[in-house]
Amino acid sequence: MSRASNTVPASPLRGWSSTGGVRTITFGEDQPLHLSSGEKLAPLTIGYETYGELAPDKSNAVLVCHALTMDQYVASPNPATGRPGWWPRIVGPGKPIDTNRFFVICANVLGGCMGTSGPTSMHPDGRAYGLRFPVFTVADMVRAQAMLVEALGIPQLFCVIGGSIGGMQALQWAAAYPNRVFSCVPIATAARHSAQNIAFYEVGRQAIMADPEWREGDYLAQGTRPSKGLAVARMAAHITYLSEQSLHQKFDRALQEREKISFGFDADFQVESYLRHQGQSFVDRFDANSYLYITRAVDYFDLAGDFGGSLPRAFHDCPSRFCAFAFSSDWHYPPEGMKHAVRALIASGCEASYVEVESDKGHDAFLLEEPAFEHALAGFIDAAAQARGLTTGAAR
Amino acid sequence: MKTARADYEVISALVHEGARVLDVGCGDGALLQKLIAEKRVKGRGMELSQAGVNACVAKGLAVVQGDADRDLQFFPDGAFDYVILSKTIQAVHRPGAVLAELARIGHRVIVSLPNFGHWTTRMALLFGGRMPVNPSLPSSWHETGNIHLCTVRDFAELCASLGLMIERGVPISGGHAGSPFAKTLWRANWFAEDVVFALVATDAAVKPAGDVVKLRA
Repeated sequence: MSRASNTVPASPLRGWSSTGGVRTITFGEDQPLHLSSGEKLAPLTIGYETYGELAPDKSNAVLVCHALTMDQYVASPNPATGRPGWWPRIVGPGKPIDTNRFFVICANVLGGCMGTSGPTSMHPDGRAYGLRFPVFTVADMVRAQAMLVEALGIPQLFCVIGGSIGGMQALQWAAAYPNRVFSCVPIATAARHSAQNIAFYEVGRQAIMADPEWREGDYLAQGTRPSKGLAVARMAAHITYLSEQSLHQKFDRALQEREKISFGFDADFQVESYLRHQGQSFVDRFDANSYLYITRAVDYFDLAGDFGGSLPRAFHDCPSRFCAFAFSSDWHYPPEGMKHAVRALIASGCEASYVEVESDKGHDAFLLEEPAFEHALAGFIDAAAQARGLTTGAAR
Repeated sequence: MKTARADYEVISALVHEGARVLDVGCGDGALLQKLIAEKRVKGRGMELSQAGVNACVAKGLAVVQGDADRDLQFFPDGAFDYVILSKTIQAVHRPGAVLAELARIGHRVIVSLPNFGHWTTRMALLFGGRMPVNPSLPSSWHETGNIHLCTVRDFAELCASLGLMIERGVPISGGHAGSPFAKTLWRANWFAEDVVFALVATDAAVKPAGDVVKLRA
């Protein structure tokens, strides 16, 4: 039995439980989430948001999968933090994913801290899970989303789309539920996490765990927050989202509110100040243990691994149509990784397009103004909608 | 461009109904659309330019952005009945390597190319003393992307060296298929503005093509 509600189940994170307005659905003990590790998770709560209207034949649903530190508020302000929707150029009325035309679903990822079950959630024993939360995988994130989509009564998604680890989820969707995905748009992602990316994530995790306030993961119960560690984790990760060129253009060696260097360890350079700000603002909206769990899930992602080491086998007989995007200056998920996945799609006979956008904005390009990307995406979505028989404008 | 359309007509006639087709350098997807409409092919494309890829994707075509010199590894062995290279070979860096890759990917390779041996080109060079500029070769020497121009005979020789047999050759002149003077390769080398070749890989040693190969419209 699942139960929908509009408030977050009591979250131990200060300030978030009382804000309300977070839509959730809870799957009870009778519907456990079966995890890749063999463990079961129940109850399972999923925080999600929807935009637009579901067509009577339920043919116009688009699932947006969010990246590591995003949330379900893809096209509207987050009620807890007040931050605006994170993909305003792509999702909204008249945008490539037109909410006048499509029913858009975005769910907070498993292990997240915006309404979906994760280490900040209450264990049935009344204390936060903390490190007692089971380790999960990208496949588990997708399995949880599939439970939500099923509960919403949608037999097939018109499109599953996502950037970064959202793109991994999109690929996982097509591999796990080929007949429930009409079209699939993986963006700035890969079918496996690289050694370099695992290395960066490990730096972030070590920074969190080295913070004495982390308290072996039990900080919520002990009333502390490993803010310094989490901020450093965010700073290190943030560098990977930008290109060398974008850092150069934005900051070069410009000094921060001073005429000359201070011969000290204050933030002399603008780039330092910027990174410190990124780290500081992140700790206000994200949970350290969630960061550990989600990065771990992504480290474990190797889609071919679930199919005997053969990536083409993952997409065998998949009827979905794909359009994969990569950005030339993205060194977090370089074009080569996306090409590797596209090669597998082609080898398995899938209808696959690949667009490599020339950009100097690095990994974050998919979130920024990139007209060539937006134009190609809009074209793909529109052509797919026509193939699916979806009318222009609001499907009512 | 009228001549480009002429080679599309010929290519469409060469491709069988329902075939699996890869168009390398597919531009805005016009040829793929034509083949899908006329021959109900299962069409795929590869294109270098962002504008071309975007146009294709918006038409619902499955196209990968890539460079013929580098990215043909996208495609597995024998994945297509036909791999088409229409007026692109003269613009690639390694025509021999690209042709070999195309033969790996497709059972048949269809290549259309501008013939640098056409008599007007020869005359232009002989009497004008300048690199030719004509409807088939519209850019001046310093602006052209055509870095590997060849004659029909040059191309036939390259095919032979790669073990590719010329199964068909269709001359194009005056914007349509067939040329009264181009019944053989040697004559086509003088009188065809463009030629469309259908190639098939063979294990047997291929004799360099001469006047024995019949070209048909």
